[in-house]
Amino acid sequence: MLAYLGLSSIEDLLAPVPEEVRLHRPLNLPGALPEQDLKRLMGAMAAKNKNLDTSISFLGAGTYEHAIPSVVPHLQRRSEFVTSYTPYQPEVSQGMLQAIYEFQTMVCQITAMDIANASLYDGSTAMVEAVLMALGQGGRGEVVVSAGVDPQYRRVLQTYAFARGFSIKEVPVCNGVTSLTDLDAAVGPGTAAVVVQQPNFFGSVEDMRAIEPIAHKGKMLFVSVITEPASLGILAPPGSYNADVAVGELMSFGNTMSFGAPALGFMAAKQKFVRLIPGRLVGQTVEEGGKKQTGYVLTLQTREQHIRRERATSNICTNQSLLAVGATIFLAALGKQGFRELGELCLQKAHYAFRQITAIPGFEAVFSGPFFNEFVIKVSGSLTKLQQHFVQASIIGGYPLCESYPGMDDCMLFCVTETRTKEDIDLLVRVLNEVRM
Amino acid sequence: MSIETLIFEKGAPGRRAATMPSMDVPVESLESMIPSHLLREESAPLPEVSEIEVVRHYTHLSQRNFGVDTGFYPLGSCTMKYNPKMNEDMAVLSGFACIHPLQQEETVQGAIELMYQLEQYLAEISGMARVTLQPSAGAHGELTGLMVIKAYHQSRGEGQRNLVLIPDNAHGTNPASATLANYKAVEIKSDPRTGGVDMDYLRMILDKHGSDVAAIMLTNPNTLGLFDANIAEVGRLIHAVGAQLYYDGANANAVLGITRPGDMGFDVVHFNLHKTCSTPHGGGGPGAGPIGVNAHLVAFLPGPLPAKNGQGYYWEDPGPQSIGKVRANVGNFGVLVRAYTYIRSNGPDGLHHVSESAILNANYLKHELSSDYEIAYPHICQHEFVVTTKRQKEESGVTATDIAKRLLDFGIYAPTVYFPLMVPEAMMIEPTETETRETLDYFVHVMRQIAEEARTNPEVVKTAPHTTVVGRLDQALAARKPNLRWTEGQEVTHCSENPF
Repeated sequence: MLAYLGLSSIEDLLAPVPEEVRLHRPLNLPGALPEQDLKRLMGAMAAKNKNLDTSISFLGAGTYEHAIPSVVPHLQRRSEFVTSYTPYQPEVSQGMLQAIYEFQTMVCQITAMDIANASLYDGSTAMVEAVLMALGQGGRGEVVVSAGVDPQYRRVLQTYAFARGFSIKEVPVCNGVTSLTDLDAAVGPGTAAVVVQQPNFFGSVEDMRAIEPIAHKGKMLFVSVITEPASLGILAPPGSYNADVAVGELMSFGNTMSFGAPALGFMAAKQKFVRLIPGRLVGQTVEEGGKKQTGYVLTLQTREQHIRRERATSNICTNQSLLAVGATIFLAALGKQGFRELGELCLQKAHYAFRQITAIPGFEAVFSGPFFNEFVIKVSGSLTKLQQHFVQASIIGGYPLCESYPGMDDCMLFCVTETRTKEDIDLLVRVLNEVRM
Repeated sequence: MSIETLIFEKGAPGRRAATMPSMDVPVESLESMIPSHLLREESAPLPEVSEIEVVRHYTHLSQRNFGVDTGFYPLGSCTMKYNPKMNEDMAVLSGFACIHPLQQEETVQGAIELMYQLEQYLAEISGMARVTLQPSAGAHGELTGLMVIKAYHQSRGEGQRNLVLIPDNAHGTNPASATLANYKAVEIKSDPRTGGVDMDYLRMILDKHGSDVAAIMLTNPNTLGLFDANIAEVGRLIHAVGAQLYYDGANANAVLGITRPGDMGFDVVHFNLHKTCSTPHGGGGPGAGPIGVNAHLVAFLPGPLPAKNGQGYYWEDPGPQSIGKVRANVGNFGVLVRAYTYIRSNGPDGLHHVSESAILNANYLKHELSSDYEIAYPHICQHEFVVTTKRQKEESGVTATDIAKRLLDFGIYAPTVYFPLMVPEAMMIEPTETETRETLDYFVHVMRQIAEEARTNPEVVKTAPHTTVVGRLDQALAARKPNLRWTEGQEVTHCSENPF
C-alpha cells in the first residue's frame, strides 16, 4: 500500500508529528506473547485469586452473588451484541435497541416506576446523577443522605460535591435504620434531595412509608437507592412508596462479579422527569413515510452531550449496554414467579443463618429490626482470628464494618443469597462455634 | 421485512426459563420477618416464557444487530477495531470473573497484580507518572481529570480558575464534563488552514483571561484526524499562565509508540481502553477510562491505588489531597483484564505497528475516495479523516445521512456523520488497523458506486436503506411522544410477524 501511495516508508505518513514530541525509542513494555503462553500466564495470575466458584462466600456489602442461568451468558456473549457500538444507526441496530427497550421496561416493572434509562456506570454514579438532577431543579443546594447508604456511594457523592459545589448533610442511623427524628431535623428549605437506601447497607429494611412524608416536606426529590435488587422480589418497590427517583445496581442480575465491575447502574423515575433524566433512552417509534412498522431508536438526544455539549444533562456517553442485555435476559429467564422466589430464598436463607449464628454464645445481633439478606453480628473475639479460620475453611467471610463505621469495631456484616445451601450455612456456623471454643 | 415481537408479548402464565435452588432451610412466614406494609403487594409483571422462547428471542435480536464481527465498521472517533477472542476468554476465567471487590487483599493477589502492572503499562504508553484505573469510561475519565486539576489549583490557592478551553472540533463530552466539574467551557477556534488550534486566538484568550484558565482539553490527532504540529507551543503557552493541559485519549490509536501525551506536554490523559486496547464496545458499553497524570498531580488522584511491597500487592489509600472516589470499587476490572491481555499479546512492537497500520489504512482510504468525494482537509491524516459530501448535496440533494444509510445496504456500518461540526456534510472515517486491503477496497468500491448513484439515480440513495430489517425510522415522533417502555395492552404495529 505504501508503494501504491507513492511513499517510501511509513515515516512519510508520520511527518506531521514534530521531531520534538516523537518517542525515539521502543515503549518499555514486556515483549509480545503468543496466545498459548499468554493464556498460561493469565491462568496463573487468575489462580492466585480465591474465587467464588471454589469458596463459600458470605460477603455482600453492595456487591451480591446471584446464580446466573446458562442461557444468559450464551445469549449475552453473542458477538453481534458484544462487538457493536452505541446504536447510532437504528436500521442495523434494532437488536440492541429492542433489548434496551425491554431493559427499560423491566426496570420499571421491578421498581414500579414510570420510566427508566438505558443504564449508568454503576449504582454510586447513578445515585450521584439522581442528586445532580435534583440540584438542577433550581435554587436548592443541599443533599440529605442517610448514613445507611453504602459508604462507598457516599464517598463518591462527596467527590462530586467538591467538584460541583453542593453540600451534604448526613443523617445518622439508629438501631440500624435512618433516624426519623434526625431526618426530619435535617430536611429544610435548602434541601434538593433526600437519599435513602433500601435495604440499607446493614441489610436493614427502612420504613420507606414513614420516611416518604419527611422526604417530601418541601419540593425536594425523594431518591431511593437499591444495591441489592433481589430485594424487589418481596419488598415494596420505590414506586409504591412515592419515590421520585430510584437508582441502584443491577450487575448481580446475569453478569459476572468481576471484582465489582463493570457494574450496571440504573435510574428509574416518575414520568415528569422524562426530559431531565441523564443517559441514553431508547424509544419505540414507526418507520417514516406512512409505513407503520414498529422500530426502536435512541431518543430525546437533545439532552445529551453530543448534541447539547456544555448544556447537556450529563456528560455520559459510553454506558453499560452489554450488562443491561445480561440483566434483561436474566429477568426474562427468571420471570414473574422466579423473581419473587429469588427474593424469598434470600430472605429465608439469611434468616436461617441469622437464627443459627445468634444462637452461638459470643455472636450477638446488633440490630433488632427487620432485614432482608444481610445482617450485622457483633463478635466477642478477634475479627482477625475469625478471618483466619474462614480462610482455612475456604469461606469468604462477611464485611468488617470497622472499615466504614467507626465504633463498629467488632461487627461483621454477613450476606446470604440464594446461592448458599443449608449445608454452606451450617459449615459457617460450625466454624464460628470452633472460634468460640 | 419482519418484526421481532417484544419478550412481553410472548409466553403464557406459569411459564419460566430458569429454575431456582430448593428451599432447604426451615421456612418462616414473610410477615414474621418483614412488616406487611413494607412487603411487595403484587409480583413484578415480568415475562413468563420458556427457555427456548428466551433463547430464540435474544438470538433473533442479536441477528438484527451489526457488530465488528458482522462487517466493516468505519465509525470515526470510535476505533471499531477487531476484538480478539482470547481477551474474552481471559476475562471470564473464574479467578477474574468470580471475585468480590471487598475480599481480603491476600485472597486477590492476582487481581491487584494485574491492575498494578496495567497501571504501569499505561503510564509508559502515555508518558505519565501515575495512572488510576478507576474511571468507568472516557467521559468519566475527563471528569475525574478535571476534578484532579481543580484540586491542584485549589491547593495552590488558585481556586478562581474557572475556565476550560475547548476547541470547536472537540468531542461533545469535553464541554459537558467541564460543566459537570463546575467549569465554564470556552470554545477555542481552530485554524481553518490546518484544523489545529488557532494560535493567535489562543494567545489572545490567554492574554485576556490567563489567570482564570484552569485547563485546555485537546485531542491530538484531533477529530479531523490531523496531528496538531503546534502542540508543544500550545503547552508552553498554557503552562506559562499556570493552567493545565488535558489530553482526550479518544484518538490514541494513532500515537502508540510514536509519540506520547506526556512528551507532548500534557498533564492529564485519559484512555478509552474500549477503543485503543480493543475491549469490545458492547453496544455502548462497558468501557474503561483510566487517567494518567504528571508527578505534580499524583497526590490528587482518586484511591485506592494498587501497590506492592515485600509481602505482595495491596491497596494503598490515597493521601489527604486525593479527590476521593469517582465510583464504587476499583474500576471496570473485566474490561481491564481484556486490555491487559491486549497489551501483552501485542508488546511494544505490536502496539507501534497498530498505530502505523491504522494511519496507513486511513491514508489509503483518503487517497482512494478523493476521486469521488471532497476531502475536508487534504493533508496527510493520522488514524482517521473527514470527507465532506457537500458536492453531492449541491449536485443532487444527497446528504451525508443518505450516503451513510445507503452504505448499510452493502453490509457496511456508517461512518460518523455531521461531526466535527465545523465541516458541512461531514463523514468521519476511521478504518482501524485490523481491516484487510480487500475490505478497504470493497468500501471504496461501494462509496464510488454511491457517488455514481447520487449522480444518476439519487432517489435510491435518498430512500436508503432498502435491505435492512426496518427502513428509516420516525425520530421526530419518538421525541415528540416518547414511548420508553412497554405497557400491558400496548399495540405493536408491523407488516408481518415472525411467529418464533
